[in-house]
Amino acid sequence: MTARRALRIVRRAILYAAATAFTVFAVMPFYWMILTAFKTNQDLYVGATDLSHVPWIFNQRPTLEHVKLLLAHTPYLTWVENTVFIGALVVLLTLIAAVPAGYSLARLTGRWGERLGIGIFLTYLIPPTLLFIPFARVIAMLGLQNSVWALVLVYPTFTIPFCTWLMMGFFRSVPRDIEDQAMIDGYSRAAVIRKIVLPLAISGILTVVIFAFTLVMQDFVYALTFISSVGKMTVSLGVPVALVRGDVFYWGSLMAACLITSIPIAVVYNLFIDRFIAGLTAGALKG
Amino acid sequence: MAVFRHRTLADREDLLGRLMLAPAMAYVLLLVGAPLVLALLLSFSAATAGSLSFSWVGLRNFATIVSDPQFHSALSNTVLFTVVSQALVVILATAGAFVLDAAFVGRRLVRFLILLPWAAPVSLAAMAWTWIFDSTFSVINWTLKVAGVLHGWFYWFGDPTLAKIAIIAVHVWRTFPFATVIVLAGRASIPRDISEAAVIDGAGFWRKLFQVEMPLLLPIVTVAVLFGVVFTSTDLGIVYLLTRGGPYNSTHVLASLAFQRGILGADLGQGAAIALFLLPVLIVVAAAMLRLARRTEVGT
Amino acid sequence: MAYVETRNLQKYFGDVRAVDGVDLAVAEGELIVLLGPSGCGKTTLMRMIAGLEQPTAGEIYIAGERVDEDIPPRARGIAMVFQSYALYPHKTAYDNIAFPLEALRRARSFIRDAVQKAAGMFGIGHLLGRRPRQLSGGERQRVALARAVVRSPRVFLFDEPLSNLDAKLRAVARFELKQFQRQLGTTTIYVTHDQVEAMGLGDRIAVMDRGKVRQVGSPQEVYENPADTFVATFLGSPPMNLVEWSGDTILGFRPENFLPKAVFATDDGVVSFRLRVREVEHLGASRLVYGMLEERVRTDQPVIADLPVTIRTPIAEGEVYDFAVARRALRHFDARTGLGQYDGAT
Repeated sequence: MTARRALRIVRRAILYAAATAFTVFAVMPFYWMILTAFKTNQDLYVGATDLSHVPWIFNQRPTLEHVKLLLAHTPYLTWVENTVFIGALVVLLTLIAAVPAGYSLARLTGRWGERLGIGIFLTYLIPPTLLFIPFARVIAMLGLQNSVWALVLVYPTFTIPFCTWLMMGFFRSVPRDIEDQAMIDGYSRAAVIRKIVLPLAISGILTVVIFAFTLVMQDFVYALTFISSVGKMTVSLGVPVALVRGDVFYWGSLMAACLITSIPIAVVYNLFIDRFIAGLTAGALKG
Repeated sequence: MAVFRHRTLADREDLLGRLMLAPAMAYVLLLVGAPLVLALLLSFSAATAGSLSFSWVGLRNFATIVSDPQFHSALSNTVLFTVVSQALVVILATAGAFVLDAAFVGRRLVRFLILLPWAAPVSLAAMAWTWIFDSTFSVINWTLKVAGVLHGWFYWFGDPTLAKIAIIAVHVWRTFPFATVIVLAGRASIPRDISEAAVIDGAGFWRKLFQVEMPLLLPIVTVAVLFGVVFTSTDLGIVYLLTRGGPYNSTHVLASLAFQRGILGADLGQGAAIALFLLPVLIVVAAAMLRLARRTEVGT
Repeated sequence: MAYVETRNLQKYFGDVRAVDGVDLAVAEGELIVLLGPSGCGKTTLMRMIAGLEQPTAGEIYIAGERVDEDIPPRARGIAMVFQSYALYPHKTAYDNIAFPLEALRRARSFIRDAVQKAAGMFGIGHLLGRRPRQLSGGERQRVALARAVVRSPRVFLFDEPLSNLDAKLRAVARFELKQFQRQLGTTTIYVTHDQVEAMGLGDRIAVMDRGKVRQVGSPQEVYENPADTFVATFLGSPPMNLVEWSGDTILGFRPENFLPKAVFATDDGVVSFRLRVREVEHLGASRLVYGMLEERVRTDQPVIADLPVTIRTPIAEGEVYDFAVARRALRHFDARTGLGQYDGAT
């Protein structure tokens, strides 16, 4: 075996080892979630000082009792309902604002438009943990404390900037020639947007819908600040805060909830990640 | 000749442009700009969360927090967690991007799995890690013990140092997927001719890596890091759910302290003052991103 | 009266003068080519005529009607073919061609006939059901042309429509384009940076540089009597030789007119030079001789001679020969302004 071949084999081995290490690091908590969600309490609540009991495998047959508990005896489904309700409204508001804004910045406003686009994106960087203090005051003034409408009002403050910037990138990827051609062929700018640009940007709009929704699902700070009754909580707030009796967490059901919520998001992210990156890089790197 | 001979509103591009931009601008100005100004004003007031009162107290809030050791600890923690976690993320994301770029069996699966930490909502991931670090049941302790590495016992959330390590670990775990994917995309956008030219010029693997590819990757790695810096430095969820700022308030960051004083303690003025200290970081990040955006425009 | 006319048309982008005072008059039915290097303003000029850009100043008239202020692109009676063809990717070829007629809300039967006719004109009737990505470059170009033709516009605007075709296809396409324009008789404005294309296609050529029109004339005119040194060197490959003559005159002569002295029958009406040859390129049908002039002018000025292969005079590198140019083939240019001097005397 030549030195070159040996080197190549070693490099391959390192590659696989690295890939495995990364995967293990990323996935370990989810694997643990799966175990916790389906292990019987007997198998689960064994002190880790007991080295003879291996926590990384099912020592008893897996059980669905935690899942059943979660779905039947906790407000989890109510939280899911709340989250979907809020999410749908926020996505709608975001589309109404971000899609036209994205097009305007991509095509209609020239140089100052580009600067404005970056400015709008920068507002996304203003974190909830800075704005939640003044919002507490604003929400109080509007009488929206402990109401889902507080969240519907506040969530677009981060979805709109982010999605506007994403849409800018997507609209830029529609060749300018095609819009010019359509205007020569007989349409006004507005008609061109409707008939030509939007159909071509559908996948971008879909991506924006997905990511806006997941942004909503991710929020913890605003929900924690504005919602106090258990029945009005979102998944992201209720699961950590309300799946508890006194001091004791229902770990089995907690982890089941984490799984049920995370897996669909992960699947969807995976489907759309390429488009998302395309929109991101078109917006950021091409300028 | 055509249906509409003269310019209608639908043709007035300048007007159309402004009209289409209006809803988003209005929202941003009213619900981001105004609250930002309000935060500034609140920091100079003795406002509470309960009533709608607002009394001017000048710099008193700032004086209070500046002399408060917990504030200093929160400030230094914020810096510590951000710097350490993002330094680790840079290394992991760059390495990860190289790994994912190579073709190997199961690459798509690996890419899907690596995205999982980013997909899980922050609070749910934080709960999972809380469980993983639980003093009685920690799998990590078990594994380390079995591997013969751990001789005592790790009370992760009972010991200030361990708690900080735990928080940093979770931050790294959460932010490295997104960074990896971004760097991967950046790597894909490096023109192939440049890599090939380097090979022809005689550059070996490492030289090519460090002298040709890394510099080209720098803007995009910076973007990934900037996102991570913003997320980590302004995070509330991970600290709040893992440690509530404990043990003995040793792991508070600016965000969690602002929450504790401002919302739980109802002292909006002080909360605002604390939270405002996040602004310098954000301004630096914003400036850096602007410079990057301009530089990539010029460079292409 | 001109069919398409611009009067002192200007377009500024900030400080950059993309179009700097252009007066153009295009006759009805003529094919005029806007020729110039990239950045000369030809595309901007065309886009203003199309209505895709608003002029900073000046006026545009189509068929006697002023269009630049109030008339949007769709109402100007024009059709445009882009370099990229700009076919709507999500529509079939049929729908692409039908698109302008649908904008006019014509009846479906009318549209069907018109599309078939246009497709037939370009021989793409069998491709109507396909999407653009299923078509070759040449086929896409024909779809774009069919779409341009389908509503019988008053003016055609072409923005380098042949540059995306490979070289072999380009010559054929150029020929067909010219036939088709003659057949229809529609006024056409054609933008290109390729001077061969311009010379082959245009009834007239408008040579542009840095926002201004340097010269307008028939291909023969702009080639043989260039208005200034820019036009002289832009047209012709290899370009016209320009050498310093006296203090304030530049002498110009085309390589094909620069021949060994022995070739000329007499010495009258001929100006001779000494040429030191540096290199000879054999191009099949001709030889290109690269050399430097000696005597009579400031020495060491590089020139090129283009000898058809029928002139068999042996030329060797490093040697010095007697070359000459017919006096009537010489052109004089002002050394300071670059403008051609055509006062009758040579």
